[in-house]
Amino acid sequence: MIKNKTFKSIIEKLIEKVFSISGLLTSILIVFICYFLFKEGIGFFKNSTIENGYGLYVNSKNKNLNLSSQDLKQIFDGNISNWKELNGINKSIEIIRIDDVFSIYSEEEIGENYENLSSKTSELIANKEGSIGFFPIEYEPKGSRVTKLPTNHLKLSDFLRGKEWLPTATPAPLFGVLPLIYGTLLVSFLAILIAVPLGLGVAIYLSELASASQRKIMKPIIELLAGIPSVVYGFFGLVVLSPFVQKIFNLPIGETALTGSLILAIMALPTIISVAEDAMRNTPRSMREASLALGATHWQTIYKVIIPYSKSGIITAIVLGMGRAIGETMAVLMVTGNAAIIPHSIFDSVRTIPATIAAELGEAPSGEAHYQALFLLGCVLFTITMIISIVSELISKKSYKKY
Amino acid sequence: MKKVLIVTWALLGVTLCVNAQKIKGSDTVLPLSEKEAQAFMKNNKGNKVMVTGGGSGVGIAALIEGTTDIAQTSRKIKFSERQKIQNKGKTVKEVIIGYDALAVIINNGNGINQLTKEQLEGIFTGKIKNWKEVGGADLKIIPLARETSSGTYEFFKEKVMENKNYFSGIRSLPATGAIIQSVSQTKGAIAYVGIAYLNNSVKALSISFNNGKSYIKPTEENTKNKLYPIIRPLYYYYLTSSESKVKNFINFVLSFEGQKIVQTVGYISTK
Repeated sequence: MIKNKTFKSIIEKLIEKVFSISGLLTSILIVFICYFLFKEGIGFFKNSTIENGYGLYVNSKNKNLNLSSQDLKQIFDGNISNWKELNGINKSIEIIRIDDVFSIYSEEEIGENYENLSSKTSELIANKEGSIGFFPIEYEPKGSRVTKLPTNHLKLSDFLRGKEWLPTATPAPLFGVLPLIYGTLLVSFLAILIAVPLGLGVAIYLSELASASQRKIMKPIIELLAGIPSVVYGFFGLVVLSPFVQKIFNLPIGETALTGSLILAIMALPTIISVAEDAMRNTPRSMREASLALGATHWQTIYKVIIPYSKSGIITAIVLGMGRAIGETMAVLMVTGNAAIIPHSIFDSVRTIPATIAAELGEAPSGEAHYQALFLLGCVLFTITMIISIVSELISKKSYKKY
Repeated sequence: MKKVLIVTWALLGVTLCVNAQKIKGSDTVLPLSEKEAQAFMKNNKGNKVMVTGGGSGVGIAALIEGTTDIAQTSRKIKFSERQKIQNKGKTVKEVIIGYDALAVIINNGNGINQLTKEQLEGIFTGKIKNWKEVGGADLKIIPLARETSSGTYEFFKEKVMENKNYFSGIRSLPATGAIIQSVSQTKGAIAYVGIAYLNNSVKALSISFNNGKSYIKPTEENTKNKLYPIIRPLYYYYLTSSESKVKNFINFVLSFEGQKIVQTVGYISTK
């Protein structure tokens, strides 16, 4: 008997230890993930504005140049054709890429192991006053008639205030995160605006109005919705919802922010409904009966007693639904059109942060600016979610004080 | 327990002894390589060919790291990648195993049938915004692109847009299926897809690369004799040091039988 008791207490101690260790491990894991995310993200600012391992070279006669990434894009897209427009000399711009060198000179002239490549690039830049060369640093043109354009590090202000997201543009990729932030916020808030009234309505119906048998059927069906893979929702949105939105609002294209929010609202519903319903059903029987005994109607009881009582549960439901909406990836990737522009209406196509990360991380060369920019986007998303949960925590604390 | 261990070790040993070659890279070439590998293994019992996707860039990175024997790509090896291989004191060999054509597609309800290269460039760089500017109805043009990381995105940019950037804010979709679906239900849309994916729900345009002197339709015949201009080679890359290992398989792919498979998969054979 005594033996049995000590055995039991040993087991209990053991289980206690296992629990505390797993708690510790989880916190360490979370800290580790945050560390990894921010370490990769902050590495972004160590990169220079033009592609790693490359340099930009102009003829020495061409002075007073101070080119931003935006200018470089305009030059290489052929939208600026004369150096005069950029405070340079009066010469038309001639772009030379490393591949062009191979089409100008024969392979023998360049040499089997590119021994003469550097001298050929020097020759090209030195002889053409209006030229701009984009070459690997190993084969950079040398001599007194060549100037290397200075490069800057990528800056936080350019990242946060930039309005263009063109991560694969050469020679200077543009990492402007503003359209992505706006896109994410627009789609998520719109989704919450649609999902919250609908979800609360269903929750009230289920907890207060539905009969036991109705609830028995409805609740599992709604919870089943949460188990459908998000890519299925995405395809449903693309094939059914987006033509529908296009027809109803007479739009040129159905892949809009509104379509994305509708899909996200459907996806957030099960979470909102089941959490809010649980909170409402936890209202003590004595409170309901007291309200009814005072002569309040069923409906008055619901909105004067039950909803205020379960406020913090309802707020939790909204926050959880919002978390789902902000972080959702695949479904949004399929239906929002993924255009990196700052949206002016809910009928514009938008690109969200999670969709951008999912679409681009697979093929971004690891360790380079684009890859790290995607991690930095992860940090931005992390910060947004953190702000939302802190704010909601404050709100629910306030509402607790009243009771 | 011991028995199980012995059996696993034995199995592991057997798989390691078999002459396994690994192919990795472009998802465009993936279905072709898989079919070729199946046919090759049927003919040569005891030889094993393992094919995985991941993208052209991933394939060449694996070749540099030495974790694959052949890199399959839908674009030519980049200068910087060739450089990395040379830095390791190795040389790389290139084989063209077939061709893929890109069709420019629009909605079936759109009256336009042909466009020039310059018009396409204008549309995808955002300078041409309405179909009436290229002779169509008064309707907004909605260009759709593939995601920035795909080889198709890069190829179209190089071949049709002369390395100019897509306008920022172009809509992009993650898969060819999604592109076709979206074009079929959007009146003003224009996009590009691999010719193997074409179907009746969208219309493929005739394209002119000589300022409108002649327009060429992406038919099977025109792509086979390479009259159609938006066409790209599909490559295998391998290191010269592993030539003896991969030679048999590559010879098979280039043989009459292998090239027949290229056609059945929907690509264009080299002969």
